[in-house]
Amino acid sequence: MLRFLIGRLWQSLLLLLVVSAIGFAVLNLAPGGPLSQYTLTPGMTQENLKRIAEQMGLNRPLPIQYIDWLWRMLRGDWGKSYRDNQPVLSIIGQHLFATLLLMGSSFLLSVSIGTYVGVRSATHRRSWFDYISSVGSMVALSVPTFWFGLVAIYIFSVILGWLPAGNMFTVGNESFSDYAVHLVLPTVVLALVNVAVWSPYMRTATLEVVNQDFVRTARAKGLRPRRILRKHIVGNAMLPMITLAGLQMPSLLSGALVTETVFTWPGIGRLFFDSLGYSDYPVIMGLLIFSAILVLIGNLLADLMVAFIDPRVRLN
Amino acid sequence: MSDKSNIDVFNPTRRQVLALLGSAGLTTTAVSLGGLLASQSAIAATPKTVSKQMVIGFSQEPTVFNPHLLHIEVDEGIYFGVFDSLFKVDPQGKFIPSLATEVPSVANGGISPDGLTWKIKLRDNVTWHDGKPFTAADVKFTLELLVDPAFRSWRRSGHELVTNLTVVSPTEITWRMKTPYAPYAAILSDTYIVPQHILGPAADKNNAPFNNAPVGTGPFKWHRRVAGDFIELIANTAYFGDGPHLERVIFKYIPDLTVLYTQFSTGDIDVTGLQWISLDHYEAAKKLPGKVVEAVNNSTVETFTFNVGRPQFKESVVREALYMAIDKATIIEVLYHGLPKPTETYMPLQSYYHNPGLPAHHYDIAQANQMLEVAGWKKGSDGIRAKNGVRLTFNNSTTSGNNLREQIQQFVQQSFMEIGVKMNISNLPPAVMWGDFWMLSQFDTAIAALDFLTAADPDTSDYFKSTAIPAKGGSGQNTWQYVNPEVDRLLAEGNREPDPEKRRKTYFALQSIVRKDLPFLPLFPVVSVRGHKFGAQNIVPNVNVRIDSWNVGDWRWA
Repeated sequence: MLRFLIGRLWQSLLLLLVVSAIGFAVLNLAPGGPLSQYTLTPGMTQENLKRIAEQMGLNRPLPIQYIDWLWRMLRGDWGKSYRDNQPVLSIIGQHLFATLLLMGSSFLLSVSIGTYVGVRSATHRRSWFDYISSVGSMVALSVPTFWFGLVAIYIFSVILGWLPAGNMFTVGNESFSDYAVHLVLPTVVLALVNVAVWSPYMRTATLEVVNQDFVRTARAKGLRPRRILRKHIVGNAMLPMITLAGLQMPSLLSGALVTETVFTWPGIGRLFFDSLGYSDYPVIMGLLIFSAILVLIGNLLADLMVAFIDPRVRLN
Repeated sequence: MSDKSNIDVFNPTRRQVLALLGSAGLTTTAVSLGGLLASQSAIAATPKTVSKQMVIGFSQEPTVFNPHLLHIEVDEGIYFGVFDSLFKVDPQGKFIPSLATEVPSVANGGISPDGLTWKIKLRDNVTWHDGKPFTAADVKFTLELLVDPAFRSWRRSGHELVTNLTVVSPTEITWRMKTPYAPYAAILSDTYIVPQHILGPAADKNNAPFNNAPVGTGPFKWHRRVAGDFIELIANTAYFGDGPHLERVIFKYIPDLTVLYTQFSTGDIDVTGLQWISLDHYEAAKKLPGKVVEAVNNSTVETFTFNVGRPQFKESVVREALYMAIDKATIIEVLYHGLPKPTETYMPLQSYYHNPGLPAHHYDIAQANQMLEVAGWKKGSDGIRAKNGVRLTFNNSTTSGNNLREQIQQFVQQSFMEIGVKMNISNLPPAVMWGDFWMLSQFDTAIAALDFLTAADPDTSDYFKSTAIPAKGGSGQNTWQYVNPEVDRLLAEGNREPDPEKRRKTYFALQSIVRKDLPFLPLFPVVSVRGHKFGAQNIVPNVNVRIDSWNVGDWRWA
């Protein structure tokens, strides 16, 4: 187990190094740069921009800039944003709460509903429920989140006035119920798409288990169907889903961009998008490393959990 | 049996895992349902808590709060609330005293007749948000900071001419200009005074804590920023001026314009700020109950720009013929819902310096054809005109993905074909378009929205002076490579002259020449559709500033 972990750690560090080098090169080779947005500012001069580029160290050769960044990173200094001069880690931290709140609740909601729909579709194959859920999944996957979000806002906020049209909370209120009421629409919109992703997976996984020998044995020995379903079928069908959940972890960062934009939710997706727009290299690099770490942790966790739950898997 | 016992050992764990997932899902549903149930009361509670606040929506996020660091226009929305300048500029272009007791002029002795010596008298009843008194030393500190070589100053032009800064008394400061420079008054109206006692001791002013928790003298105090979401300012009850009339003002960041409009229509935001309501929502917005919506001409002008360094555009007759071949009225009517007024100049329509007597554009394909024919541009076998081996074919570029502009391009492309001119469309992403491609005049023609003025001043040396061509090593934004000695002379004359009446004549003459030379074709001022809730008062657009909230201290509810 320990050997497995140490091996994984080395692999991970190597991977992070490669990711950071490629990321840094791609970012810096793209046209524009952190100062290009100021060229059209009235009264701006080329000398002024050149002087500022020198002060910020942007005119040094790329490899030097990368080594400088890497050296700081190794000492735990993630750098500061070009836009607001805040430490990168603190910026990520500020946006992480919003993202975790939204993605966490929508993830749990979609997994719960997705599992239920998937299992029910599989155990009631070719029933009306199965057909409706299959068609529903197709529709939900085809509908753009942006459009669906706006329609939800239009119905529940503009016409009915039941729910707020966006934002994480009302400035000046900020109570638990205020957060909760703001969370409803974006969570449901985001969850809808994810249910459509989860339920077919769950359906396939369940169908595979349903026809296994041990299920037949369980039936033959007279166990109650509900118990067979809960203990023998769903339990085993969940295993591949755990790996899938681990792989989904990095989408915590990128997956909610559209929802965050429609519902003006101040999360990581929007931070990433804005930082790209403003060529805020330190923040983009920080997010890149952060998401790479999440991918690695997600995979590791999934492996560990599967090993923990499934006795057939041994990590050595 | 052994298998079974193994499964048994792990069974509880699996159950635990499932239970955890299940219960978490239930919890989420419960929270959501709880939220749903609570929604009525929460919504009902919202108006009570916001009655004394105003929320303005911006489509970009303000992130730089030291007004002298490199920043973009949206950041200035915050400066208007937190800071004061010596004097500010109103929508008519008139300066209004703010921290200064009067606007310096030759008449009141504030500026010497040669335009070199400036004397500013300051209010004596102003305190910083931390309670410390504001004095002339703060003004001196600010003007020195702007030219400090170690500081990432966003604007040095104008300030570099200031010498002999002298604090005569806590309420009086004088300096001498190296050369007379009339636009300096406008630059000062856009220069916010920062506190010496806070920023002065900071060793590294580029990274001072002040930059993220600014302290000013303005009508609102910095309260907090939720990154990526909003900025909250609260009333400065010790403000020296009239106001503020709100307990707080919230600058809400809403990146998408459709969402900005939706939140305006639902009442989540009270005032639409930067990038406002998109033109295609104008008709619907006008019908919204309880809202005031108006179309405003901005200071930015949409232009069809030439690179006159290219052989095709050396003769002004070509530029004139192309102007004549553009059906401006149809573009405005069909693509822009008839909202912008046509213009013949770079000067904003609302400006005191706007020359209304310029020849009006008219669309006439036949005459455009004739002009080119007479000038010796003959059609070849392919229908494209040429003269001395130069064919009238060129690229036109703008930011890719800009729908309206792409439609202008296609429309104009067809019109140009009718006069034997072939225009190819070659659009680029913003970072490429406005980088070296634009600045070093690598384009043939471009469609660009440009704000030609430095602060509120009519001076446009940066754009028209022959020494301001970056492609030829100059400093400025004369990317069309326009050279006219008479224009250079008039620009220098306008810069020296402190008297607005005399300057006006100079800039009228300048606009006539630019209209005749046509280094760019002025299409129309960019129009923004602005809206606010009925009952929100003093929300007044101001063409002389880059962003709304210039008078946020006067905003109030009826």
